[in-house]
Amino acid sequence: MELSISIILGFMIIGAIYALHAKDLLSAVIAMGIVGYGLVICFLLLKAPDLAIVQIVVETITLVIMVAVVLDSTREELEVPFDRRSLLNRIAGFIIFAGLFYFFLLAIQSLDPLGMHTMRMADPYVHGAVEHTGSVNLVTGVLFDFRAYDTLGEAVILYTAALGVLTLLRMKGKK
Amino acid sequence: MSTIVKKVSQLMAGLIFMYGIYIILHGHLTPGGGFAGGAILAGAFILLILAFGSSALKLKKEVSGSSNTESLAILVVVVLALMALLLGSKIFFFNYLPKGEAGALLSAGVIPLYNIFIGIEVAGAILTIFLALVIFKEESSK
Repeated sequence: MELSISIILGFMIIGAIYALHAKDLLSAVIAMGIVGYGLVICFLLLKAPDLAIVQIVVETITLVIMVAVVLDSTREELEVPFDRRSLLNRIAGFIIFAGLFYFFLLAIQSLDPLGMHTMRMADPYVHGAVEHTGSVNLVTGVLFDFRAYDTLGEAVILYTAALGVLTLLRMKGKK
Repeated sequence: MSTIVKKVSQLMAGLIFMYGIYIILHGHLTPGGGFAGGAILAGAFILLILAFGSSALKLKKEVSGSSNTESLAILVVVVLALMALLLGSKIFFFNYLPKGEAGALLSAGVIPLYNIFIGIEVAGAILTIFLALVIFKEESSK
């Protein structure tokens, strides 16, 4: 399973790099679709169908919106001239990347192997969810009972996002 | 869009809507739940709007309806959570309804109710964002 996930992750990285360097913005958007749908297959392989359903629907909707935006504006990428300032930005970006990668390597050595993590907090959740909440689907039991505050916060975030879009995209102000 | 696209999306939208309702109602039994089902419900509406198109005036009515719906739905979620305080418990988000038999459609107390209203909220929010973008495009191209 680790091998197949690694192959899909490789495809996702190739898609992301192509999306950065594509001349045509429409093909960049399609290449971003590879990243999203690759993530769906990763979720399915890691036995998380709940996340996979959400990811496949949200990915499709955002892809449709992004394609509409690209078709409506322009398909050519903006040319940025290469000068001293962009060189400085690239050097700073590389230094930050190297630092983060070093700490990532340090952190990954203290992790447990894939699928063998210690479940101190999750153990009572997993084994007590059915009798405490009555929900057979453990994910829903955790989302709406043990961690209901989390769900309320997520719903409020979505609500605020919709309000923000409505407010920003008004053509005429109200008197 | 062409007649073929219109007909096929007309046929598919109902099925997608039914599938979203199924995902929401069985959220406590099978994978899925309020968030996934709500996104699928919004997808059915978006498919119809993309296929048929609509004037900005009609869409404005729809966007006010969907934003009212999502506001009401999230209010109902908070009220459902506060009901536990009225019924004597001191826990926010307390599961106060009878839990029933695990695995039945009517079980798990208030969790199906939360699923339904979170689903309506998510569907309303995604549809509101999409409609706001479409209205902005139509009004700015005038």
